[in-house]
Amino acid sequence: MSIEKVQIVEKILDANDQMALENQQVFDQKNILAINIMASPGAGKTSLILRTIEGLASDYKIAVIEGDTAPVTIDADKIYERGIPVTQINTGGDCHLDALMVRKGMQALNLEGVDLVIIENVGNLICPAAFKLGSHLNVAIASIPEGDDKPYKYPNIYRGIQCLVLNKTDLLPYVDFNLEYFKQGIRILNPGVDILPLSSKTGEGMDAWLAWLCKRINEKKHAQK
Amino acid sequence: MHEYAITEALLKTASEYAENNGAKRVLSLNLVIGDLSGIIDESVQFYWDMVSEDTICAGSILKFEKQSAVFRCLACQSEFPMVEELAPCPKCGSIDIRVISGDDFTLKSIEIEK
Repeated sequence: MSIEKVQIVEKILDANDQMALENQQVFDQKNILAINIMASPGAGKTSLILRTIEGLASDYKIAVIEGDTAPVTIDADKIYERGIPVTQINTGGDCHLDALMVRKGMQALNLEGVDLVIIENVGNLICPAAFKLGSHLNVAIASIPEGDDKPYKYPNIYRGIQCLVLNKTDLLPYVDFNLEYFKQGIRILNPGVDILPLSSKTGEGMDAWLAWLCKRINEKKHAQK
Repeated sequence: MHEYAITEALLKTASEYAENNGAKRVLSLNLVIGDLSGIIDESVQFYWDMVSEDTICAGSILKFEKQSAVFRCLACQSEFPMVEELAPCPKCGSIDIRVISGDDFTLKSIEIEK
């Protein structure tokens, strides 16, 4: 019997990161832009997706991967009703999507001719930040009633994003929300990130979000493979 | 909460290395946990005993080494340890700062019995 030390130095989530990279290569091959939408429960992920479908479905082919912790299809049904291909992933109580789950979602969808895949992550501000999925862009939604201190309390979710949607701006007159304080927190965590205030309910600010997204879909669509 | 999934990934990596090196069992694991990794060592420890039961890693000890977070200021290029997550550069006051270390969770080595 002997005792031996084995040197490893491996990031624990390397296997997930590797699979995420492979997912992204599949999207790249098909010139599909994939976006990962993260937010707390109730911030308006599904509403933003529905508004996005409304605004873009006539110009682009969209497919949706819905992550849900419970086997209820409330969100997926709303998307399906609009004639958009959707597949639901039940994480079985897990608090986040990972790259393997997204791969299964990709296999369940027909991705031929699709321009945009929207991945709706599980409602949570902590765990989704740790798991890469293979999306090209990560978008976080914050909403006015959640409060202006979210960047200070859940910093990790805001670090790896390319766009921060600030939803429910129609509630600003009714809620104590210091926009400058909120934005400063975001800017320290992620300098240069695009911050787009909007209301999925009234449609205010939605044009800027759709323009932001269209620009990136078009870039991907015409990118060299 | 995601520590469960992370602990499973840790078990997989450690077991692979142990088996490839002809181990009979794993005695301990040396882990480096970054201040900004978002991972709680106590949670990993809690799940570890559960997921490693009846595996080559059963009964092994987790040893955590904390790695403090370091930021770099892109305005003045100075590097400084994290005191507060959302504090500007202590030298020039810029908020254009990046994390350069302390956001990973790494398995550094394992001790095995052959």
